[in-house]
Amino acid sequence: MGSFIVCRLWHGLLVVLGVSFTVFAVTRLFGDPVSLMLPLSASAEQRMAFAQEIGLDQPLFVQFIRFLGDLATFDFGESLWQRRPAIEVVFERLPLTLMLIGTGLGFAILLSIPLGMIAALRPGGFLDRFIVSAGLLGLSMPQFWVGLLLIVVFSVQLKLLPTSGMGTPLHLVLPALTLALTPLARLTMLVRSSMIDELNQHYVRTVRAKGLPFTRILRVHTLRNILISYMTLAGWELITTLAGYTVVVETVFAWPGLGLTAVQAIQRGDLFLMQAIVFVIALLIVLINIVLDIVFKMIDPRINLN
Amino acid sequence: MADRLSSKPQTPKRLAILGGLVSELWHDKAGFIGFLVIALITAMALLAPWIAPYDPAAQNVMARLQPPVWLANGDWNHILGTDNLGRDVLSRVIWGARSTLLIGASVVLIAGTIGVIVGLVAGYAGGRVDGVLMRIVDIQVSFPGILMILLIVSVLGPSTLTMIIVLSITNWMIYARQVRSIVMSVRQVPYVEAASVMGCRPRRIIFRHILPNLVTPLLTLGILEFTNIVLAEAAVSFLGLGVQPPATSWGLDVASGRDYIFIAWWLITFPGLGIVLTVLSINLFANWVRVTTDPQEREKRFAYSRAARRMVRPAEDRAVVR
Repeated sequence: MGSFIVCRLWHGLLVVLGVSFTVFAVTRLFGDPVSLMLPLSASAEQRMAFAQEIGLDQPLFVQFIRFLGDLATFDFGESLWQRRPAIEVVFERLPLTLMLIGTGLGFAILLSIPLGMIAALRPGGFLDRFIVSAGLLGLSMPQFWVGLLLIVVFSVQLKLLPTSGMGTPLHLVLPALTLALTPLARLTMLVRSSMIDELNQHYVRTVRAKGLPFTRILRVHTLRNILISYMTLAGWELITTLAGYTVVVETVFAWPGLGLTAVQAIQRGDLFLMQAIVFVIALLIVLINIVLDIVFKMIDPRINLN
Repeated sequence: MADRLSSKPQTPKRLAILGGLVSELWHDKAGFIGFLVIALITAMALLAPWIAPYDPAAQNVMARLQPPVWLANGDWNHILGTDNLGRDVLSRVIWGARSTLLIGASVVLIAGTIGVIVGLVAGYAGGRVDGVLMRIVDIQVSFPGILMILLIVSVLGPSTLTMIIVLSITNWMIYARQVRSIVMSVRQVPYVEAASVMGCRPRRIIFRHILPNLVTPLLTLGILEFTNIVLAEAAVSFLGLGVQPPATSWGLDVASGRDYIFIAWWLITFPGLGIVLTVLSINLFANWVRVTTDPQEREKRFAYSRAARRMVRPAEDRAVVR
């Protein structure tokens, strides 16, 4: 177990290094941070001074080492937009994003298991076909569009829920629902297909023949067997949500989390804040991956991830 | 009858294979509709200059925010209404298909090519080369997807070309993984070993003996990835960092219609429907392709489907009569 964790940590470190290198290469080699961050009206002296301040006059190698050093100490520079350290902004907004993701994904997870099981109990039946069609539709709809339609229906027409922003728990409903849509569809499809496979196994026939109640078969046998693949997909959904979907959903609903902050940072040319967001999210993803791998290893000793 | 009795396996004519496929597609209603819709959307994109009633960028201040034809105040000049600048929504939806399909197809081709080459090299060479390449794949898979794309695009400057490049370099890994795993298993097969014992060069083995095994899995994967690219492009364009005006894109149109959702729901609805129809029909078609190209799934279906019975019956009947 010890060597296993060390191996995962090493891999995580490589990922973080890869992200840092890519960010560095993109911003310093292909782009010009000075013209990105300073207004067009800045004078040549101001540009020079700014370039010197962020160390652009140094050789690339030195720049990269300094860049890594800054990242290691969580010193991402000052956000030009907010006039305070970028990392402060990130830590202020991160909890809001996590709250949104927790609500949305929690909803998707709670609902996907019963829905998938209902569909799997009678494959080809009415309920199954309904759930599969709805799932396919859910996978085909872009989230920003669903979010806007929800606003049109529930906020503009029915006037039941607020359109955007945050404050009351009601503000959380629409963004969380929108965020839940794609993961819910994918997880339900997974539960359905793996349940169908599992229920066709010979051991299920055996335990049914010996008279075990069906609910017990589901609870003790089949659900446990699909747990690993379910958790793999759920973890993957958590990661993709964290790394992308939230940006879109938060923009639609003006939810002041990290995703909206990223879009605003880009609009204002705030490269330092954007770097801080990408880096912190990358760290979170690495952490989630490590935790998931360890959990998998604990619940299924057959897994060999080395 | 004489030819039926010969022990040599018959080589069916190409046309017959195609005919069989078409009949199979016809019998899978969902797959057939998916194929039809995606064919229509492709035709719409290709013929956009001829079938779009207006120039998608032409503004008409006199006809701002007109509703679709079936609502009060709608008229036949603008079937799906007009936007805040008086541009015809139908024309914009038709032209929007172009960017979407162009970006989707280019990204699948470029990312697929990169992925297939990396996967082939990793799977065939094995050892240290494989280790390094797959480590790169593992690392890049853990990158924060859309956030990374946004950062790169914001530095490089948004455009259709940037979109294609960035989506290609962030989506090639899945092809590499799949190709590698297939190559690893095919390498052990006797005919590949025989070819290498006979002295075939690696290039010949790879292209002549291994590559054909990859065609159908890659076809399915490519079609499914296409839907992911369409959704990603729409999302990034919606955020304002993808396709730039005056070019059109469905995601971009939804973004510009967003400010008017209180008074003009049609501005976000129709471009969004374009995305949904494209992705949904490709998903339906991809499902058919997956089932049709997978021998195990085919067997299941062969046992059940009426089309299959119709194909098997005559031969059996004849055998019984004889």
